[in-house]
Amino acid sequence: MGFAFQERYQAGDSPLHLLDARVKVVATLLLILGIVLTPQFAWPAYPLIWALLAGLSIIGGIGIGRLARTATLALPFTLAAITLLFTTPGSPLVQVLGLTITDAGLGRFLAIVLKSWLAVQAALLLAMTTHFTDLLWALNSLRLPATLIAIISFMYRYLFTLREETERLLRARASRMAASPTGRAGGSLAWRARVAGGMVGNLFLRSYERSERVYAAMLARGYKGQLRTLNAPPLSRRAVLLGAVPVAILLLIELVALIWWR
Amino acid sequence: MSHHTIEVDNLSFCYPDGHAALHDVTFHIHMGEKVALVGQNGSGKSTLLLHLNGVLRSTSGSIKVGGLPLNDANLGQIRAWVGLVFQNPDDQLFSPRVRQDVAFGPLHMGLPDAEVNARVEKALAAVRMSDYADRVSFHLSIGEKKRIAVATVLSMDPQILVMDEPSAGLDPRARRNLINLLHDLHDQTMLLSTHDMRLAAEVCPRTIVLSGGRVVADGPTRDLLYDAALMEQHGLETP
Amino acid sequence: MFSPILALHIPDGFLSVPVSLIGWALTIGIIFLALRQTRDQLGERQIPLMGVLAAFIFAAQMINFPVAGGTSGHLLGGVLASILLGPWAAVLVMTSVVAVQALLFQDGGLLVLGFNIFNMGILNAFIGYAVYSAAQRVLGSSRISLIVGAAVGAWLGVQLAALATALQLAISGTSPLNIALPAMVGVHALIGVGEALITVGALLFIRQTRPDLLGEPARSATRGTALVAAGLVIALAVTLISPLADPNPDGLERVAEDQGFIETAQSAPYEILPDYTVPFISDQALTTIAAGVIGVLIVAGISFAVARVNRRASEST
Repeated sequence: MGFAFQERYQAGDSPLHLLDARVKVVATLLLILGIVLTPQFAWPAYPLIWALLAGLSIIGGIGIGRLARTATLALPFTLAAITLLFTTPGSPLVQVLGLTITDAGLGRFLAIVLKSWLAVQAALLLAMTTHFTDLLWALNSLRLPATLIAIISFMYRYLFTLREETERLLRARASRMAASPTGRAGGSLAWRARVAGGMVGNLFLRSYERSERVYAAMLARGYKGQLRTLNAPPLSRRAVLLGAVPVAILLLIELVALIWWR
Repeated sequence: MSHHTIEVDNLSFCYPDGHAALHDVTFHIHMGEKVALVGQNGSGKSTLLLHLNGVLRSTSGSIKVGGLPLNDANLGQIRAWVGLVFQNPDDQLFSPRVRQDVAFGPLHMGLPDAEVNARVEKALAAVRMSDYADRVSFHLSIGEKKRIAVATVLSMDPQILVMDEPSAGLDPRARRNLINLLHDLHDQTMLLSTHDMRLAAEVCPRTIVLSGGRVVADGPTRDLLYDAALMEQHGLETP
Repeated sequence: MFSPILALHIPDGFLSVPVSLIGWALTIGIIFLALRQTRDQLGERQIPLMGVLAAFIFAAQMINFPVAGGTSGHLLGGVLASILLGPWAAVLVMTSVVAVQALLFQDGGLLVLGFNIFNMGILNAFIGYAVYSAAQRVLGSSRISLIVGAAVGAWLGVQLAALATALQLAISGTSPLNIALPAMVGVHALIGVGEALITVGALLFIRQTRPDLLGEPARSATRGTALVAAGLVIALAVTLISPLADPNPDGLERVAEDQGFIETAQSAPYEILPDYTVPFISDQALTTIAAGVIGVLIVAGISFAVARVNRRASEST
């Protein structure tokens, strides 16, 4: 199906898992910001940042290799930057298919790919060690609009329920859409689109009606338009200090990069 | 003062699309009674249940719960008294985690956090699901979801438990567990809508038969459910 | 595989920091307006309705159909959501979809999430809705107007999302505009056809089964919608045209070979300012973009005010 989304969370009780989710969210954003801000030709900085993330993945009980591999998921997007190889002015390196790759072009391209790969690893560390419900709770207590968080929370609750419904619909379609001996899928393009559109419409109606039943279930339990949640415990100083460590290390790498390596 | 009672008098209801679902429905349920509501699909069972805590509101006829007439002023109180368990637990369990769902009712009653947590523990213990508090609802089996759904209303400490098709979709063991649970709940008046005649016979001494939106029979379960002619006439079967 | 859905989810690292922050500023402003608008329109129903429908859009993106040569048609869903729910609710639904894709599946970055939401959830929703409701007004609420409005709206919505993505990549110095723009827009001209077909198919199905659900958002739409849509188009057009309006007709080649420019670029201490050597990246261009952004915010503000005044007026009568 090409869409086999798996939740990335890995249950565990590592220090990274137990760290306050609010601290993890803020630290992750700072790490990504730092990674994107790295001076692009500061080559020694990249392995150091990677070592920092690898260290965190060891603390979190996630294999270094696994994190690095999973983080390649954004690589197809590098296609969008590939033209930099040829269009950035610089001294020519090699000729490929009549196009000249320049040293500056190669540098810029590599920098973008590396930054992207490292940033995805940082985001993955958060997702792999923080359950999504804890993430939502953290975003809520970090003062994101409560309504938006509540919507996302409902979405998460029904995400997999609806995905299963969709898979059932797709199976039902596949079982009736036999390919002819010539290997061509049946029907005209418009007909196939109509079938797919009908499935989407069908799914919409089921979802809409479900939302009405859910709303009734909420009303029945005293919902009056204002969602209430349990209060968040206070943020401990220890958690903040722990979260500050990787950010400080990255800051150090960036400072060194800024002074010596650019 | 009449606690734990339901009094429905001359209730009629039309959906906005013009479909008439209930005609002149009248019945009274006393404190501590366990009553089965049986009838074909489309006989108006679910519509009736949705009226009992004011999710649907009719303009014709009257409903009293615990002696209080159902109106805007009493709505909040009546919703706390009447615990409504929906047919599909996926509609009832709308929070990502079990604990959040069981806490939803008490939180919206305005209780302080400590009291909410105490009620969550108590309700989960009552349905023997204490270990499930931090589980993700989506990953539970349907039998587990049903039990949690019951806990989500028990945490509101209701006087009356109203359940729509409690045994629908359950495998034999989960169904047996649910029947045992219903036997164990003594503090609440109970109204169960069901197609499961054996469940009705086992749990409820009294049965109301609904057909075409009207009450066509109301009496002791053993008399009604074993009346083959009555059951057949209304598209039902004997246990 | 360069999946069409992935093609619009920009990962971190591909947009410069200032561009990412502009995206956040825009998106946060519009989300804030959308929260106010939907609270007034849908009331207490909004949370379960939009939550379940966000899950629906997510699931509907799985539904594909074979087009030709191994490619398949997909749905992004922003335009469908806005036709069904109105643009403001669609903004919140699509924000949830795009945010969950980034947070849960790392599909699209976090720092660039602002623009990802903007491209796939805001631009898309408003443009698609504006086209659809224009068709309804001109052709009446017939089957034909639904097909035409939804198809053109859906196709255009995807095109504009692709266009905006190409622009943001170019401004960040990740991909020169003269290559990124034709590539992105070209690919999405096809993808947009898939989007249009599924959107129309879904709406026809809903029109047949529950026609009552199609009238609702159209009635509750405010005049603000058209204003916001117009503002977004103007802002896009301005940013797009600004390099074409460069007084140096051959600016592209000249600046590209300008060694001085490269030196400046390399002496930039950090990548706070994009240092790529496309003529597009000049102070004027940045000013134009800023102007466009401010323009959009002003238009959004005006539309919001108009909506409020309208409501007050209707309440007092």
